[in-house]
Amino acid sequence: MKETFGRKLFICINVVALILLMIACVYPLVYVLFASFSDSTQLMAHKGLLFTPLGFNLDTYKAVFENDMILTGYMNTLFILVVGVTISIFLTSLGAYFLSRKGVMFKNLILGFIIFTMFFSGGLIPFFLTVKGYGLYNTLWAVILPTVINTYNLIIMRTSFSQIPESLVESATIDGAGHLTVLFRIILPLSMAIIAVMILYYGVGIWNAWFNAMIFLNDRTLFPLQLVLKEILIQNDTSAMMQGTTNAADTYKISETLKYGVIVVATLPILMIYPLLQKYFVNGVMIGAIKG
Amino acid sequence: MKANQISLKPNPINRHKLKESFWQRAINDVKKNKVLYLIVSPVVLFYVLFCYVPMYGVLIAFQRFEPALGVFGSDWVGFDNFKDFFTNIYFWRVLRNTLTISLNSLIFGFPAPIILALSIYELTAKRFVKMVQTVTYLPYFISVVVVVGLIKDFTSSSGIITQFFSMFGMPIQSMLMDKSLFVPIYIISDIWQGIGWGSIIYLAALTSINTELYEACRIDGGGRVRQLITVTLPGIMPTIVILLILRLGGILSVGYEKIILMYNEATFETADVISSFVYRAGLQERNWSFATAVGLFNSVINIMVLIGANYLSRKLTDSEASLW
Repeated sequence: MKETFGRKLFICINVVALILLMIACVYPLVYVLFASFSDSTQLMAHKGLLFTPLGFNLDTYKAVFENDMILTGYMNTLFILVVGVTISIFLTSLGAYFLSRKGVMFKNLILGFIIFTMFFSGGLIPFFLTVKGYGLYNTLWAVILPTVINTYNLIIMRTSFSQIPESLVESATIDGAGHLTVLFRIILPLSMAIIAVMILYYGVGIWNAWFNAMIFLNDRTLFPLQLVLKEILIQNDTSAMMQGTTNAADTYKISETLKYGVIVVATLPILMIYPLLQKYFVNGVMIGAIKG
Repeated sequence: MKANQISLKPNPINRHKLKESFWQRAINDVKKNKVLYLIVSPVVLFYVLFCYVPMYGVLIAFQRFEPALGVFGSDWVGFDNFKDFFTNIYFWRVLRNTLTISLNSLIFGFPAPIILALSIYELTAKRFVKMVQTVTYLPYFISVVVVVGLIKDFTSSSGIITQFFSMFGMPIQSMLMDKSLFVPIYIISDIWQGIGWGSIIYLAALTSINTELYEACRIDGGGRVRQLITVTLPGIMPTIVILLILRLGGILSVGYEKIILMYNEATFETADVISSFVYRAGLQERNWSFATAVGLFNSVINIMVLIGANYLSRKLTDSEASLW
């Protein structure tokens, strides 16, 4: 079938538009990467887009890795990540297993009890006062525990568990296996793909979170990376506002280079693993979509 | 016939038996599934501790709450905190800003992923499709802090976006200090971050459309536009409607995370929304009860809008496009 001129034109415009969108998505990050390797005086004099680093130096990264706040921020984020994701996966599996069983009388009641929290919450202030009331204020647990189960993830995992053939569970039960054995010996080994999705979803969520850390943490040595990053970016903003004064020029220069380096260091880990695991991420959206 | 009569007129003794057997069944069920209930108990505990206890905490919206006295000891003041909010000088400002941001995000942000999905669906080269997907999903994984950091940098007085627009006569100053630019910057950066990820669900719906329908449309002499209107759009309509209901349910919930990173005193006039107002009133000014009342007002409106939107969609479309 021959394609008309109009059709060809449409295809051209479509492809060009998508290429422009891709550039818009990726260029800001490329700019930051180039800027982070650039020489700061050259960068400040430069106007317009960057297509290559201006000069090449690693001073920025030296400054980033010598900054105590950033290093402790990294360690705190890693701690929260490992502990948080472990507890999250464990609890989400327990919940998903229960919700995927058939013939349990109060299952729908408990499901409703869980789903209700997606539509109504006490709001920020009661949440804050409650968590503070548990004595979690200024501990890393205040950052880990309140978000340790994500209802959306729980529903995804339940949907995935309930797709495992019931006959497998039945035959194991006949052989005398209890629920814990069924969960840990049969369901979980068959669910590695969904567990990968969950690790990634929870992991990205924890890596990028900053708000709870800001409201619950007072001690600067507990700050996760994103909170440190926020301070550096905000700090830069305040010095940028008093740009005219001469003694601020030095601080401005330092934060100018530091800023890009920190963004790269804080974002690269996720952007590196993401393309490798893209199919798992997308899987999760699909499974979630079945339930609506 | 006889069986029918019996079921129509259950005698009192039978009903009593039925009632008793509910509790009997409950006890038997808990006995039988003891381990299952034990398994789910930490999960239930989580929801009680971090979702339901804070829900109980909304009671302080009706009090003059003092942390030292607690929920039991504080004075009850009825709806005073709500009245304070409705008569607050900022009431209309935060309401207007919240609606402005969410309506703009509905009008511009909601269709964006649908258009992207349709656009990707038209492509034929598999590798190009994969590349477009990988690249456009990328911004979704960047943290809010970094996104706002990027915005601040690019729109600062020396930023590349400011430089670009200054060629068209825009003054050289930080764009985030200009209150008329706050909403556009907020919406565009949201689209930038979410367009790719949001398109996944529509692409899934598109690929599940039966290709025979397109064939049939072609045989009937339907061109590309006809195919789009009669096959493609109806095919993804249930997905669109469900996501639209969810979006409508959140019409009054513009999140505070991005706002409080982006705004400053120069842009409060257009940037301060209900949630950021709650954050400032509660966590910065320690007006616990007042802020809780504002938050509760917000939640109640949200849930009412959600129920209303779902009801409308049930009435207007087939029952398939409903949340419950």
